[in-house]
Amino acid sequence: MDTEPAPPPFRKLLLALALLPLTSLLGGCDWVVLNPLGDVARQQADLVVISTWLMLLIIVPVMALTVFFAWKYRAANDAPDYDPEWSHSTQLELVIWSAPLLIIIALGAVTWVGTHLLDPYRTIGRIDQARDVPASAKPLEVQVVALNWKWLFIYPEQQIATVNELVVPVDRPLRFRISSSAVMNSFYAPALAGQIYAMPGMETKLHAVLNKAGQYEGFSANYSGAGFSHMHFALRGVDEANFARWAQDVRKGAGNLDRAAYLNLEKPSEKEPVRHYASVAPDLFDAVVNLCVRPGKMCMSQMMALDARGGMGNAGRWNLAALSYDKFGREEVNTVLPGMLTEADQVFIKAYCADNRPMTAPGMEVKAPVSTATLRGAGLVWPGASPAAAPGTTKFAIATPNSAS
Amino acid sequence: MTSADQHWSFLFGKLSLEALPLHEPIIVATFAAVAVGGAALVGALTYFKLWGYLWHEWFTSVDHKKIGIMYMILGLVMFLRGFADAIMMRIQQAMAFNGSEGYLNAHHYDQIFTAHGVIMIFFVAMPFVTGLMNYVVPLQIGARDVSFPFLNNFSFWMTTAGAMLVMASLFIGEFAQTGWLAYPPLSGLSYSPGVGVDYYIWALQIAGVGTTLSGINLIATIVKLRAPGMTMMKMPVFTWTSLCTNVLIVASFPVLTAVLVLLTLDRYVGTNFFTNDFGGSPMMYVNLIWIWGHPEVYILVLPVFGVFSEVTATFSGKKLFGYSSMVYATVVITILSYVVWLHHFFTMGSGASVNSFFGITTMVISIPTGAKLFNWLFTMYRARIRFDLPMMWTLAFMLTFVIGGMTGVLLAVPPADFVLHNSLFLIAHFHNVIIGGVVFGVFAAINYWWPKAFGFKLEPFWGKVSFWCWVVGFWLAFTPLYAMGLMGVTRRLRVFDDPSLQIWFVIAAIGAGVIAIGIAAMLLQYAVSIIRRDQNRDLTGDPWNARTLEWATSSPPPAYNFAFTPVVHDLDAWTGMKRAGVGRPLEGFRPIHMPKNTGAGVILAGLSTVCGFALIWHVWWLAAVGFAALLITAIAHTFNYRRDFHIPVETVIETEAARTRELALAGAAA
Repeated sequence: MDTEPAPPPFRKLLLALALLPLTSLLGGCDWVVLNPLGDVARQQADLVVISTWLMLLIIVPVMALTVFFAWKYRAANDAPDYDPEWSHSTQLELVIWSAPLLIIIALGAVTWVGTHLLDPYRTIGRIDQARDVPASAKPLEVQVVALNWKWLFIYPEQQIATVNELVVPVDRPLRFRISSSAVMNSFYAPALAGQIYAMPGMETKLHAVLNKAGQYEGFSANYSGAGFSHMHFALRGVDEANFARWAQDVRKGAGNLDRAAYLNLEKPSEKEPVRHYASVAPDLFDAVVNLCVRPGKMCMSQMMALDARGGMGNAGRWNLAALSYDKFGREEVNTVLPGMLTEADQVFIKAYCADNRPMTAPGMEVKAPVSTATLRGAGLVWPGASPAAAPGTTKFAIATPNSAS
Repeated sequence: MTSADQHWSFLFGKLSLEALPLHEPIIVATFAAVAVGGAALVGALTYFKLWGYLWHEWFTSVDHKKIGIMYMILGLVMFLRGFADAIMMRIQQAMAFNGSEGYLNAHHYDQIFTAHGVIMIFFVAMPFVTGLMNYVVPLQIGARDVSFPFLNNFSFWMTTAGAMLVMASLFIGEFAQTGWLAYPPLSGLSYSPGVGVDYYIWALQIAGVGTTLSGINLIATIVKLRAPGMTMMKMPVFTWTSLCTNVLIVASFPVLTAVLVLLTLDRYVGTNFFTNDFGGSPMMYVNLIWIWGHPEVYILVLPVFGVFSEVTATFSGKKLFGYSSMVYATVVITILSYVVWLHHFFTMGSGASVNSFFGITTMVISIPTGAKLFNWLFTMYRARIRFDLPMMWTLAFMLTFVIGGMTGVLLAVPPADFVLHNSLFLIAHFHNVIIGGVVFGVFAAINYWWPKAFGFKLEPFWGKVSFWCWVVGFWLAFTPLYAMGLMGVTRRLRVFDDPSLQIWFVIAAIGAGVIAIGIAAMLLQYAVSIIRRDQNRDLTGDPWNARTLEWATSSPPPAYNFAFTPVVHDLDAWTGMKRAGVGRPLEGFRPIHMPKNTGAGVILAGLSTVCGFALIWHVWWLAAVGFAALLITAIAHTFNYRRDFHIPVETVIETEAARTRELALAGAAA
């Protein structure tokens, strides 16, 4: 075998040649998970990288030793220190248990802190590495509904809605309330923030912020049936002024997403074009979460309120028709079981669900820490810093659910 | 509905000619090929008059060795089916760019990825590890057979019955289009009204009976049938890992059974466990299925950890380093595998404290796993390593598995999981541990124990071709998936918009092609070795100079395994015997008490298949008849008192004398 090392220039050329197809391959790619444009996703990407480096500390030596031992102690080598009985060493055992343990302690600490700071339910504490969220900032709320197989975005503040297009202002905290109409999906725009499931009858939350204007992609990251492959949406980041203008334009446009329009939109369809609605029924999202968009349906919140009061006993059997959602087939083919909605049902619904309005529980909101500076060491002053230069050390409050109210 | 229709639906339920997928040319062609191949096989078996032989010597056999081999054959056959699914997915994903829909429609493609997962886990990996445990454990502990030999036969056939239902779904009706864990509400009646999910449910339920019973059987075997002197801390590591695996099976499969029963009730009776309506909670299903699903991962990987321990010690010519810590690591993994399930759905919206708890418990598992890896590493230290195929697979495992383990721990960091969950990175991760761990381990085991099972070694040449194709093919196929995961590409997509991704899918498809060559080489290796078996005979029973009891008997072992139950003094029992020069007993043989073969297992499993098929298609009368027949057969079997016999002493003497002659021949050759 030729063990002579190739002369350096030649070797460099070889290396460059070997890497050429690789670099051209890699160069054309969008490593969006590692280079996202939202602060939350950026921190998540950092965690991916930090964890990988931490683990490589032990993985690389193990792989190197495996190859080295396999080579050194091959039978043909007749290693003189062959010892068929050597099978125990307390010191080594200590090392092999404690080395991974130390890595895991470090990684566990990173995990605990990172998971709490990047909890999707936690409000945004900073715009990016350099800027905290101004006290006056009000997050933009977007209500997201995963439909078969498209995305509906409702902007309650602007009272508009869009299909398959999510337009957000950059550098403004975003608060997503997420649900689904039929099956489980996952709401994911890699450039913006990590994903969270969208589930029927449930509401999940995601807080995020986008730092750079531009055109990005979002999609469902949980298989949801035949049209899943086409369940994309465009994520467009624009500055505040442009966002206001865009919302204005949509409001001036056509389309009214009332309950009837929603029920029509909800029917399974694929490759839906981007669509805008100039107005939205005000409690549509809450009705979606409570599975009671269709007129005549009782909302889950009402059912739960009834159940909390002990239910209706035998009389509750009248609830069935008013409560059924998609049990007897998909929602769009199930018109409250015609013929089954009797006089008694009507009376019952009228008595207990006078205005048929869904109620939404306040839900859990986890507040962002006022400052992350304290995370460097529980309230300790950073070495070399004057006490005044460590803001937030006294402001840091452990966030508790609903601590705001 | 006319009265003719009513008669039809009473007789055939939902079954009709439309159930045959005649509109899918790919399936029709497959069916034609299977029909021709099947007819040829049946013809050949009939022509050579092999049916009787198969029935008496194999199908009805209660011998753990034959059942073990049948499990391996089942795993291999289903592996070819599962791999065909994989190739089809790779081709579809490499093609479906720039507006092309590829060659598979959504209905077909979604069945393929579901079937691929179900088959590879339940009907490939499970039969492989169960087969290995069945074959090796009784021999390793010096037992004649497992504790309940008939139950063992029954378990095997129930697993096969499940596999048959999955295969039937290819040609009659459809398979689930839900992903391999069939999350509701998608798998509920509203969104999967067809028979696909019913095939899924009944195939897994029937196979699950087999798996659970086989778990009970092997636990009883290991706890009660060890040779005298073999205390728990003198058990071979493979037996230890088998014990832990079967504890996991017995403790986790009932959860799968229960959750599938609940889904069945939702679909058949109209309950609301997992529906959107009436307070059903699909999230409960996701929790329950993963409470089974995570231990399942360790059910698959623990036995192969045992295989690697045996192989490393044998081919290093050395005692295993850190036996006790290996055992404790196994036990710790067994326990911890129950407190990590939530890491499969960090993205479902649990609070940060819950997510970090499950993230950290998951990371903690990597500590005992790391300790195991170090133990294999230091077994190689100061060794004389022979690089036969089992050892090559072990080294490939060590180098591959650490990467898979690393990406696994990475995914256990919840914020990292938020960006990588359900992406192709995840797909690459679990193939990295399942192929790099379980599959490589099974191949190591096949090459290691083949001479024990059949009396001749496998040819190394085609084995090495297969090895290199697998290792290279694996990295070619899955490195692009890791990369695409970091580009935010999610799993189970059928068509793609971004043309820059195509090159990655093409590379992955080439990788799958290289693996296909590896599989072909492996089959060739078996064929060539069988043809040239006389050149590779193992007369000694111990071709690798190994360390555990299974190598103390002949290759293949006699039906009774050991003429006398061995007495164990050392951890490496056979090494100890060889060193002490313990000779084989040559006289004083006695008749050996053995269990009798029975066809009851085949019949019960056959009736279960009929019953399952009837339930899938809502043929209620047939389901009722099938179930009644099942009960009657099971009860009738309990009245069969002719269950045992004695191998006459003359046969034992003759068998042992033949072994003496073989050993003399081997000694002369050496």
